[in-house]
Amino acid sequence: MSSVSLPATASASAKAARRGNALGRRLLILAAWLVFALFLLLPLVIVVSEALKQGVGTFFTAILEPDALAALKLTLLAVGLSVPLNLVFGVAAAWCVSKYEFRGKSLLVTLIDLPFSVSPVIAGLIYVLLFGAQGYFGEWLSDRDIQIVFAVPGIVLATLFVTVPFVARELIPLMQEQGSTEEEAARLLGASGWQMFRHITLPNIRWGLVYGVVLCTARAMGEFGAVSVVSGHIRGLTNTLPLHVEILYNEYNHVAAFSVASLLLALALVILLLKQWSESRLAHLRTGAQP
Amino acid sequence: MFAKHLALATLAGALAVLTAGPASAAEPLLNVSYDPTRELYAEFNEAFNEHWQAQGHEPIEVRQSHGGSGKQARAVIDGLRADVVTLALAGDIDELHRIGKLIPADWQSRLPNASTPYTSTIVFLVRKGNPKGIEDWDDLVKPGVEVITPNPKTSGGARWNFLAAWAYARQKFGDEQQAQAFVEALYQNVPVLDTGARGSTVTFVNNGIGDVLLAWENEAFLALKEQGGDGFEIVAPSLSILAEPPVAVVDKNVERKGTREVAEAYLNYLYSEEGQRIAAKHFYRPRNERVAAEFKDRFPALKLVTIDGDFGGWTVAQPKFFNDGGVFDQIYQAH
Repeated sequence: MSSVSLPATASASAKAARRGNALGRRLLILAAWLVFALFLLLPLVIVVSEALKQGVGTFFTAILEPDALAALKLTLLAVGLSVPLNLVFGVAAAWCVSKYEFRGKSLLVTLIDLPFSVSPVIAGLIYVLLFGAQGYFGEWLSDRDIQIVFAVPGIVLATLFVTVPFVARELIPLMQEQGSTEEEAARLLGASGWQMFRHITLPNIRWGLVYGVVLCTARAMGEFGAVSVVSGHIRGLTNTLPLHVEILYNEYNHVAAFSVASLLLALALVILLLKQWSESRLAHLRTGAQP
Repeated sequence: MFAKHLALATLAGALAVLTAGPASAAEPLLNVSYDPTRELYAEFNEAFNEHWQAQGHEPIEVRQSHGGSGKQARAVIDGLRADVVTLALAGDIDELHRIGKLIPADWQSRLPNASTPYTSTIVFLVRKGNPKGIEDWDDLVKPGVEVITPNPKTSGGARWNFLAAWAYARQKFGDEQQAQAFVEALYQNVPVLDTGARGSTVTFVNNGIGDVLLAWENEAFLALKEQGGDGFEIVAPSLSILAEPPVAVVDKNVERKGTREVAEAYLNYLYSEEGQRIAAKHFYRPRNERVAAEFKDRFPALKLVTIDGDFGGWTVAQPKFFNDGGVFDQIYQAH
């Protein structure tokens, strides 16, 4: 009613509302940046500035020191083994869930998420209970001189456990969304199972796959709790980068601790860029797929 | 196609890392120790290596693992292949026999001084100028005083702290019930229980939490040294406890690895004058009288109770105070 009888006032109030909106928007954006700067950017800046406090020389001495290099190697090894294994598992699980109907499917989907909800410390303890000297397989392993916990295999296993969901979680919705019509067409046209997978499935899911792998790598590199339990903390042998950072800090070796932390941070930034890139490709793929 | 390349690349990377590992001739020795000995063994290992090579042996790499004493004992029992353990108290090494069956029951009689090459005690570390005026154990139970000490379940130092407080209260009040009330009041003033002594030191020194840190004497001196001497001071209470951190060769592991000779030589070297001097340098009280005389200005004379004389040894004290349902559980559940 009022808008009909008093158009000028109405448009003015709409303008005012827009101005008010613009102000609110700016305030919100400002607040978001402030929170970001205060809680994320500032700590990162502090890490790097602490690392470089005594110059670039000390920084490089700290990250090239034998124990730090051993920790870097072990971290890369754990990532290099757990990520490909999870890639295979993730694809297989997503395939089962999205292409087949079977009993207990929803249970399987729920269980894939288990490592998200279980505390990493418990994940580590599970392996100690299984493979430790007092554990279920302890004596059998000990007789054969096989070491799992407090050695490299335990660290890889713990990393594997905490990173299980990443690839599968990324692929399941993607593959469910895509359905299986294209695969069925390929089969009807006489493609073998492997041909179908290579030429149809894989191209369809590759960016989801890359995204899952990137997330998986990030988590595998940074894992602390589970690895800490099975590590045994032997310097130069079973310390990963995150554990090494803690040790250096506890030894009053601040500059070295922050230097190694910066190294970890640099790796994380590379991962972040990869994530951003694969995410944009994935978004592109999704909008492209829908007419 | 793409995923295949990715998989191949990661695999190649993993292989490169695997094969690039260090190739060492002699089996390295693993010393599983407690928190505050990091700096001590970093120096001792080098000295031992020189000594060992001077006797015509191949160089030996000594690897270190540090953490709360109870936690470390647990790891060795669970399969961490320590050749030697150098822990905070005999009770933790007893567990290697009791649960792990890794060493004989009489392990403590195999080396001099009940297998304890150096000793320490518990002192207070307070902030510069001692703003809360903390002089003795009585000051720790006052309201508004925050006390930092680790968890006696996982930390050896924390158990010595607990028993030192108990000994003081028992001497003052003359009965166990009042001692328990005193220690309970003390733990009510503890805002954080870290798992190891070093964690507590970091909480107090670096994170600035608390008014007084109950610390190993060596840990307190080290904190002073690392901070350049300003910011903190050490207060010696009227009564404390003789902390005896023992060492042992882990028989089952050295037999498997064939490292008994070097493991025994390693521990024996702790008793040599050189080993004792390194211990004293890192603020552990040496056993050797000549070395003790050299360093006597460094360590204040304190009235010290002992675990064997005043508590009936760890086999009595451990279950009574620290096992499940023990005194510590009773007072800690109470609040």
